[in-house]
Amino acid sequence: MSAMVSVLQRELQVAWRRRSDLLQPLLLFVLVLMLFPLTLGPEPQQLARLAPAAVWIAALLAVVLGLERLFRDDFHEGVLEQLLLAPHPLPLLVLGKLLGHLLVCGLPLVVLTPLSGVLFAVTPAVVETLTLTLLFGLPTLMLVGAIGVALTLTMARGSLLLSLLVVPLYIPVLIFAAAAVDAASMGASAAGPLALLAAAAVAALTLAPLATTAALKLSLA
Amino acid sequence: MLDVEGLQCERDGRVLFADLGFSLTAGAILQIEGANGTGKSTLLRALAGLLNPTAGTIRWQGQAIAEAGVDYRRALLYLGHKPGVKGELSPSANLRHLLALHGDTTDGLDEVLAGVGLAGLEQQPVARLSAGQQRRVALARLWLNRASLWLLDEPFTALDKRAVAGLTRRFEQHLGDGGAIVVASHQDLPLTSMPLTTLLLGDYAPTGMAA
Repeated sequence: MSAMVSVLQRELQVAWRRRSDLLQPLLLFVLVLMLFPLTLGPEPQQLARLAPAAVWIAALLAVVLGLERLFRDDFHEGVLEQLLLAPHPLPLLVLGKLLGHLLVCGLPLVVLTPLSGVLFAVTPAVVETLTLTLLFGLPTLMLVGAIGVALTLTMARGSLLLSLLVVPLYIPVLIFAAAAVDAASMGASAAGPLALLAAAAVAALTLAPLATTAALKLSLA
Repeated sequence: MLDVEGLQCERDGRVLFADLGFSLTAGAILQIEGANGTGKSTLLRALAGLLNPTAGTIRWQGQAIAEAGVDYRRALLYLGHKPGVKGELSPSANLRHLLALHGDTTDGLDEVLAGVGLAGLEQQPVARLSAGQQRRVALARLWLNRASLWLLDEPFTALDKRAVAGLTRRFEQHLGDGGAIVVASHQDLPLTSMPLTTLLLGDYAPTGMAA
């Protein structure tokens, strides 16, 4: 447990040292969101209808962009092989690393989402549901992505393969997120799809560390 | 301590070495020699359990290393040719993390860093240090661990003469304490008081060029 905390701590320390790199996916997210109102014109109804799609596509791009840094530097510096040689259950250590990634790359996206209320003229209830879909949906995207990163780590042009590999797996999350926001915009309860998103996140949090560890071992061998 | 039997490793479908066997007892040091590409690093990675050999067994205290798992990793210190430290963090932060990962104490960390010639650089990001200094950060772990088996890949690379002498003294101390070392190196080890076994990989002629 203390080893896992130590991994998480180092992840946050490194993130703080590289904060300008981490800003890039966030800036991309905000930029893509800003482009929609500019290109679609100022009709509020049309904007409000497209808000969830725009936010989710922007978030997905930011997630895929942020996945790049998850294991690559660690691999090249030999930090990853030292992690795999630590005398602890390895999925726990990998979980520490993944939690660090969620905090550093996922949480800021959730925090920035209410910005879409201003840009897309959507009601506060929809903004709230949209933010919740990101809070529950992004962990799944990032954890599934981590398995893909671990698998493609040592491949040349791995990043292109990574996108092709993981983006199709993101479709169910997008469908449930869209269903939740639809329900909220019609004044209905979004609890059902939100609960499914949360369940998927819990499943990903349980299984992704195991799968990622196995994939990392394969990649390093 | 470590028994290797019938070991075979391949890379890209090419057999690097086959039917390799040796055993290492407490207080013994084994040097792996061989031309570039004969599989010295591969052998060390196989011994560390980072890659699976295509044939053969590696036993630690009579138990296959995959089964020994956490126990084996606790007894093991592997230093590959990548330093294993984050470039963004300082030597001190890097070592603290590695020690925490292995449950080792951080007592004497500053003395060790000064001892390996990094005094005054403790708080610099490792990426700003020279190749030799980065190497020293990784090697500082040799003074700060309780592992009994050391697997070292070219530990003398990029080190100056004094550092080599210091490292040699540390080797002798570790062997005296009942540890064991496997070291892959082209250089003749300047050990005087220790029984050194050499393992040659490939058709390597240690004196001059192969005919």
